[in-house]
Amino acid sequence: MDAILIQILNGLDKGGAYALIALGLTLTFGTLGIVNFAHGALFMLGAFCAVLFNKILTFSVKVKDESITFFDAYKEQPYLEIWLGDTGTAIIDYAVPLSILFAIPVMLLVGVIMERGLIKHFYKREHADQILVTFGLAIVIQEIIRHFFGANPIPTPPPEIVSGSAPLGAMLGLNENLVYPWWRLIYLAFSLLIIGAVFAFLKFTTFGMVVRAGMADRETVELLGINVQKRFTVVFGIATVVAGLAGVMYAPILPPDYHMGMDFLVLSFVVVVVGGMGSLGGAVLAGFMLGLLQSFASMNEVKTILPGIDQIIIYLVAVIILLVRPRGLMGREGVFED
Amino acid sequence: MKNDNKTPTLDRRGFLKASVATGLAASSPFFIQNAFAKGETFRNMPKADAKTITLGFNVPQTGAYADEGADELRAFKLAVKHLNGEGDGGMMNTFKPSALKGNGVLGKKVAFVTGDTQTKSDAARASAKRMIEKDGVLMISGGSSSGVAIAVQGLCQEMGTMFMAGLTHSNDTTGKDKRRYGFRHFFNAKMTGSALGPVLKEEMGTERKAYHLTSDYTWGWTQEESIKETTEALGWKTVKTVKTPVGAGDFSQYITPILNSGADTLILNHYGKDMINSLTQSVQFGLRDKQVNGKNFEIIVPLYSRLMAQGAGKNLQGILGTTNWNWALTDEGSKAFVKSFGKEYGNPPSQAAHTCYVQTLLYANACEVAGTFYPPEVIKALEGFKFDGMGNGKTEYRAEDHQCFKDVLVVRGNEKPTSQFDLLKIVKQVPRKQVEYDAKIFGGDLGPYKV
Repeated sequence: MDAILIQILNGLDKGGAYALIALGLTLTFGTLGIVNFAHGALFMLGAFCAVLFNKILTFSVKVKDESITFFDAYKEQPYLEIWLGDTGTAIIDYAVPLSILFAIPVMLLVGVIMERGLIKHFYKREHADQILVTFGLAIVIQEIIRHFFGANPIPTPPPEIVSGSAPLGAMLGLNENLVYPWWRLIYLAFSLLIIGAVFAFLKFTTFGMVVRAGMADRETVELLGINVQKRFTVVFGIATVVAGLAGVMYAPILPPDYHMGMDFLVLSFVVVVVGGMGSLGGAVLAGFMLGLLQSFASMNEVKTILPGIDQIIIYLVAVIILLVRPRGLMGREGVFED
Repeated sequence: MKNDNKTPTLDRRGFLKASVATGLAASSPFFIQNAFAKGETFRNMPKADAKTITLGFNVPQTGAYADEGADELRAFKLAVKHLNGEGDGGMMNTFKPSALKGNGVLGKKVAFVTGDTQTKSDAARASAKRMIEKDGVLMISGGSSSGVAIAVQGLCQEMGTMFMAGLTHSNDTTGKDKRRYGFRHFFNAKMTGSALGPVLKEEMGTERKAYHLTSDYTWGWTQEESIKETTEALGWKTVKTVKTPVGAGDFSQYITPILNSGADTLILNHYGKDMINSLTQSVQFGLRDKQVNGKNFEIIVPLYSRLMAQGAGKNLQGILGTTNWNWALTDEGSKAFVKSFGKEYGNPPSQAAHTCYVQTLLYANACEVAGTFYPPEVIKALEGFKFDGMGNGKTEYRAEDHQCFKDVLVVRGNEKPTSQFDLLKIVKQVPRKQVEYDAKIFGGDLGPYKV
């Protein structure tokens, strides 16, 4: 029972990350028709917003390290700690959650610059061109990050108070050994919150209604005199922010490095395809479903019967679903079918 | 009577002889390009009047081990500087017996070219081939992965170029994949097991249940095998060994099954980015706070590096492992190297930097001892070479497998660091005798001197 519960939680928190990234990808594809291979790089940029914000908070004065006697070495003491003492230390401790406030404008700006500066020139080009240019952009972003932050993962810890594990067993009256990392539980809750917010925005606001109408029938909406393109540009910005926030909150789970976006990109495309191209609900459903499947396939009991299944389960299920439902779980007719 | 006034004529036989001789002479460079000719004619042989020789430093400048590669490159540059008689000389002042004079190698100044392995075997081979064929290097060194080292070592054997391996820890490098032209100063997984075993017994007893997470490539396989052999000899039981893909990122799916496996010890056969991620996530899953079988749950990281320790932060504190060398060693050679490197770069060197620096000096010294750059003679000068003053005490390059034997350091993530670099605390300097083994156990064949 404990093992099952742990695997469910693990699947859900993995699924949360997949769903968040896939949601942004689907938004971009569903509105602008752009296949954005730089979306993983945006996730990585989000994680580096947390790193950068942490660096800003820990901006330091160099003090000679007297403990090193062989050569002149210097250690750093953050100005915040010098100026504010314990309060400064506490602010630095909360760098990751605080960096959400930093990441939202930064990612929005990145999204708008990217869309206005590059992506808009490729709206009417073939998908192959879009893939090439966005993939190239992803590599450029990666290399810029590597240049400034190096290639090694950068530890970005969560606040001390949630750095350990939640005693789930004790809380639920089960085995006391049943624990799960606090931050992963927070990430799951955060991803559900963001997904809910995006859906609410699209469902309950006029702006969202126009966007949904534009996704369903762009021509008719434009005939009504509405500038759909402008709204879609904003949606691109929102997709960028969603990817960025997914990255910010993932930083304590996986120490950010310049390549982390690529690791998620392929999986996220599988999630989008399984969910159905252009279907937001499908992306979320597929994200959680594939996360759960991957988690259960990693159980030793399963791997004893089917060795290596954890490595291929996502792709295997994707093949089966596409054979049975070629448009994915919730795909609509006519999308990506010219 | 000799007719001195005879006019030279060219008859048919003379013409044929001259043609054959011209043809042979003209074609000889092509033969030389692919194999050594008789005597001391060999690939990239420096001309007698050449003022410089070129060495090739093939390190990961991009990819997951780029920071490790950058430190290796710093060490290579420092070694070249010292060989050419610049700077404070570093370990050249402590290395003995030494034939190095500080005027280059055999009177020729040392120059170098660099390549990027990208921590990929095919990219590393292509880069090494370019260095040999286009840049005319006499020796290649570097690398931060056993997969890369084995691939480049094979190429160097084929092309008759010396390979002084950088950071490579797989048993295979000087085991089943050993080559006559390849030499490894770094220790290996077998030596890690031999060094770590007694410390594990002392600190964790003989009744443990171990669970392995292992990087799925040559280094991970051999390390898992060596550590398993060691712990099972102590009386530990191996609950499960799980291979994980290199660069998996999120290891949570491999960690959750450990929670209910009955294991009380996790052995992470991971390196670099994988180690940082798997360890960080294991700690987040509360493994270090767990009690299983009436014992505190323990994590072991058999191969440590200071650069990795920086990445893992405080998660590494208290965790046992081994390392080839550490900047905190107090022998004269280590002190000289740390001083020289720190003065130049403002940081102490990593173990990767140390092994690359030492390898460059050892190659140069072997050329001086042999009195030539001719690889078979340089190889002979290195085989069985005994030296001291390069850190870790008295050291020997074993002739049978080209594996260097020296003391191995058992270290622990420092719980009370006294400086920003004081991340690993030396628990024990395990004497060389304890980590020696029979060269025959891993098989393999060094191959010929002349290729």
